[in-house]
Amino acid sequence: MTAVIATNQTILVVGGGISGITAALEAAECGKQVVLIEKNPSLGGRVSQLYKYFPKLCFPTCGLEINLRRIKANRNIHLLTQAEVEQVSGVPGDLSVTIRLRPRYVTEACTACGDCAKAVIAEFDDEFNYGRKRRKGAYLPFNLAYPQRYVMDARMIGTDDAKAAQAACKANAIDLDMQEEVITLKVGAVIWATGWKPYDAAKIQPYGYDRFQNVITSVEFERMLDPFGPTNGQIRRPSDGAVPKNVAFIQCAGSRDRNHLQHCSRVCCMATLKQTTYVREQLGDAARSSVYYIDIRAIDRIDDFHRRVKEDANVTFIKSKVASITKDGATGDVFLHGNDLEKPGVGSDMRYKNRHDLVVLAVGMEPSVSAAWLPTNPHGFLEGNPSTGIFGAGVSSEALDVNRAVQNATAAALRAIQVVNRVAGVEG
Amino acid sequence: MSNPNQTIPGQYRGNFLREVEANVEEGEWVKMCMQCGVCAGSCPLGPYWDYPPQQIFMMIRAGKREEVLSSTSMWMCTSCYNCMVRCPRELPITHIMHGLATYAKRIGKAPQTPITPRFAQKFWDNLTVTGRVNELKLGLALYFINGIGEGIQTAMKMQDIGLGMLKTKRMSPFEILGGHGIKDKAGFRAMLKKAEEIELAKIAKNQVAGV
Ligand SMILES: Cc1cc2nc3c(=O)[nH]c(=O)nc-3n(C[C@H](O)[C@H](O)[C@H](O)COP(=O)(O)OP(=O)(O)OC[C@H]3O[C@@H](n4cnc5c(N)ncnc54)[C@H](O)[C@@H]3O)c2cc1C
Ligand code: SF4
Ligand code: SF4
Repeated sequence: MTAVIATNQTILVVGGGISGITAALEAAECGKQVVLIEKNPSLGGRVSQLYKYFPKLCFPTCGLEINLRRIKANRNIHLLTQAEVEQVSGVPGDLSVTIRLRPRYVTEACTACGDCAKAVIAEFDDEFNYGRKRRKGAYLPFNLAYPQRYVMDARMIGTDDAKAAQAACKANAIDLDMQEEVITLKVGAVIWATGWKPYDAAKIQPYGYDRFQNVITSVEFERMLDPFGPTNGQIRRPSDGAVPKNVAFIQCAGSRDRNHLQHCSRVCCMATLKQTTYVREQLGDAARSSVYYIDIRAIDRIDDFHRRVKEDANVTFIKSKVASITKDGATGDVFLHGNDLEKPGVGSDMRYKNRHDLVVLAVGMEPSVSAAWLPTNPHGFLEGNPSTGIFGAGVSSEALDVNRAVQNATAAALRAIQVVNRVAGVEG
Repeated sequence: MSNPNQTIPGQYRGNFLREVEANVEEGEWVKMCMQCGVCAGSCPLGPYWDYPPQQIFMMIRAGKREEVLSSTSMWMCTSCYNCMVRCPRELPITHIMHGLATYAKRIGKAPQTPITPRFAQKFWDNLTVTGRVNELKLGLALYFINGIGEGIQTAMKMQDIGLGMLKTKRMSPFEILGGHGIKDKAGFRAMLKKAEEIELAKIAKNQVAGV
């Protein structure tokens, strides 16, 4: 049984992405007791799946590492992984939270040597790489994973493969009898930082994500650049592994659209500008990028970045929401169809049918959790409401980049601290 | 009534968007367009339009009254609804196109080419006689729309198809004598009359209000 000590003065942080980590650290470094729960086997969230960060183009792992060190150094944070909140009830200062804990089948004795992974044969789609790569049935989610502890896929249980892993583990860390648990915690305030998921690109029917191999999403493109990603860091098109020469980026794929997500996801314009620099950096003059957009929303200081990308002769901007994509059967190339709004002339002059060998859909960010008891706005983002004692942090509350998500999470931590301070004042 | 084409613009003080909002079916949606261009790129006839829908909407807002109303564009619409299902703002684009066409025709601005406006009139005249389309007469009317010479030529060209349709009972030669119709013709005519009254009342109201 997992023992977690929590009281009315404890702050529960749900979600261990950059926002949850930030909120947990801010509160813990103020001396508050924090329970941080994360659905995945390790911390980091979506940011750990990015290659580089705009606007500085540094590696997200760098910032993540600093934060993980802060977590390790702090005794006020109690971390639970593979944990999901099922229900929150009560009033601020006196909340009751039900949490489901899925077994990892690997104990804290794990030294992350990887012998178990070597011993197993079974492979599964790798979630960390959006299914574009395979991983073993016993695995470390990614190199920088925290906790640095292997995971046994639940689908392995009952197989000889799992037993082989157990036999291979010199640290005796594999426990195949671990069971799922449901625990209830009493806490004073909840910080909700469950973040986002990429909008399901297959729902944008005219773009054929589910039909054309060389139409991929922006989050998959980020993975492609990672040296440990599906293509070992090489920009390749999926159909034949060829180096693309003519990459298209389609903006607002699923955002700002009443048929899909109504909101502007805010980061995807910047993400695309950033990704054109990946193409430039790796392929130089051998490849061109074309950005199809409604309008480029690069806010404040990020506008300088936009201007710099516009100066690159290899990057073309086409003001047009792409109408549809069709396939050129013989080559695996695709054609983008639409109207170029800035072309002078009449209808026929504006119409284009452009050939590309790789298409990246700048998919929108959709709130990752919806539950009837969660107070959300019509777009599914958490609606901040002090009377619930649940405070949104980061992308669970609105579409934000990392910089703003961190600010937002700090604000949420402050609100939660106010609640538990009030409780402390009463309880003395 | 005075020439609506002269009185109307004055009424809206040259604000064509307001004129469209007041007079065109679903016209109040025009201002919701965000100029993404997906409608223009989705239209199967797009390359043949003077101005695709996105451009029409921009021109309405820019006050290009003459260019829009006398344009052939909205007469090209085949009601495929491709634009409408893709529009991220859910504008009823197809309906606006028909609304614009209707309005242009009402105030005498519809272009002479293509033949769509004239054919639409013939379709209406044909339909309103018996409540059912008389395909034989409508077909012939279309062949002869540009005069007797071209009509005979087209009729000759279409001869085999016509005979085929007769043989498979898809068309009856007796339609020429009057043709089939609905049962309650009087009710049908009353309905049309009522619709016309409503339409005229709406126009009159707009003219008085001048909004
Ligand atoms: C293509 C792309 C590129 C981007 N590039 C940049 C960039 O270069 N620079 C930048 O600043 N921003 C970038 N962003 C935005 C950035 O990804 C977000 O700002 C960031 O991920 C927000 O972090 P978060 O912690 O709020 O959410 P997330 O990263 O989504 O973290 C949420 C965490 O909560 C966990 N969780 C979810 N549900 C539950 C649950 N029920 N219970 C417990 N835990 C749960 C998740 O597993 C996850 O670990 C990019 C976005 C996209 C789409
Ligand atoms: S940030 Fe850009 S691509 Fe993303 S939804 Fe907004 S406008 Fe579209
Ligand atoms: S698709 Fe809709 S929003 Fe886009 S240009 Fe056409 S009418 Fe405007």
